[in-house]
Amino acid sequence: MREINAKQITEVVRKLCIDSNLYLGEDVLKALDEGEKKEESPVGKEVFQQLKENARIAREEQVPICQDTGLAVLFVELGQEVHIVGGDFNAAINEGVRQGYKDGYLRKSSCHPFARTNTKDNTPAIIHLEMVPGEKIKITVAPKGGGSENMSMVNMLSPSDGIEGVKNRVVEWVKQAGSNPCPPIVVGVGVGGTFEECALTAKKALLRPLGQKNPDPQLAAMEEELLTRVNNLGIGPQGLGGRITALAVHVEMIPCHIASFPMAVNINCHAHRHKEAVI
Amino acid sequence: MSQPIRLKTPLADADVEKLQAGDKVLLTGVIYTGRDAAHKRLFDLLKEGKPLPVDLKGQIIYYVGPAPAKPGQAIGSAGPTTSGRMDAYSPKLMEIGLKGMIGKGMRKKEVVEAMKKYKAVYFAATGGAGALLAKAIKKAQVVAYEDLGPEAINQLEVVDFPVIVVNDTQGNDLYQQGMQQYAR
Repeated sequence: MREINAKQITEVVRKLCIDSNLYLGEDVLKALDEGEKKEESPVGKEVFQQLKENARIAREEQVPICQDTGLAVLFVELGQEVHIVGGDFNAAINEGVRQGYKDGYLRKSSCHPFARTNTKDNTPAIIHLEMVPGEKIKITVAPKGGGSENMSMVNMLSPSDGIEGVKNRVVEWVKQAGSNPCPPIVVGVGVGGTFEECALTAKKALLRPLGQKNPDPQLAAMEEELLTRVNNLGIGPQGLGGRITALAVHVEMIPCHIASFPMAVNINCHAHRHKEAVI
Repeated sequence: MSQPIRLKTPLADADVEKLQAGDKVLLTGVIYTGRDAAHKRLFDLLKEGKPLPVDLKGQIIYYVGPAPAKPGQAIGSAGPTTSGRMDAYSPKLMEIGLKGMIGKGMRKKEVVEAMKKYKAVYFAATGGAGALLAKAIKKAQVVAYEDLGPEAINQLEVVDFPVIVVNDTQGNDLYQQGMQQYAR
């Protein structure tokens, strides 16, 4: 048994909220470099240059990459040997979000769904908790912007639709989303599970580093085919036409009910943000 | 690559009529911010026949909810939000003289038609380039709906704010043109 103070969780979450919104990951910067080289459209190339320049400004001047600093989505892997002391776990996380969004000059985007009144501190955080062996806590903060999140879907397919059915729906969906989710995008696809687990699987697919394929050869091949088909749509950077609509397609799969065949798509924009820490 | 067109706000019919989908434009002057909640309030005032807190004749609305300014900054990161959510309100605002909209993403047919009818254009700014775009914003001042926080209406003073024309007054659409050109 290892004791971890709730205050330490707050401090880690605070820092992750700020860092994830200011510093674009090396994998994304590399993907932007490669995208710029491959892009054939002059306007598209210019968009890539703007995005790289934007990331540089954000990093050097310590300002958010994008004004939409998202809802604070957290993935927490809690070691079962951990005993949290000195406060409430959920409250500690939300306090970290509150402090991070205030101290980092990040936008507060959480509001009442009907009245649309802002909660003014970007809480409550969206917390996905998983219990794992060990005596550590791994926390990932993945701020999620509204523009790309709005282009999400869950579809309860029929098993008879097969893998082709999934692939076709992903491509149709990205085409329909067009310029809305700020291409170049990263496409997360979840297959299997139940309605809610399928959606979560699609979101988790976005956390995999860019450039890393699914270890399952069938899924890796599916990712490659989907990336080609999505990029053949011609939507291009910012939807202005071009070769690179997506930087990557990540597919994750889990078993489902014999009667079901759920699939979900969750899209991230090029401000593909997430940072993690282990306590 | 064509040279960008420099435009000063407010805009007259003649300014917008010469713009073509695909033109790169650098905007200088005053523009206003407004997104979901502010649009609803403006729309409701117009429905009730009441005056608006800002005169939109000849003006441009930038669909943005900026990040808070750090000390010494005019404004925090300030890139465009998805424009489609304003589609329900935009035709009415063009009817009373709005000449330009800045955002990202596709507009409904009704909005494109209203741009032809009332002589207005839709510009895209680079979505997700909020840190870069904020550099072209020299001054920001809340002029209405402060209670809406990031959704308040700000008056911005911009210099060479970079945008591209997506929908012009002739009904052309850069998103469709671009996609057709590069689709395989």
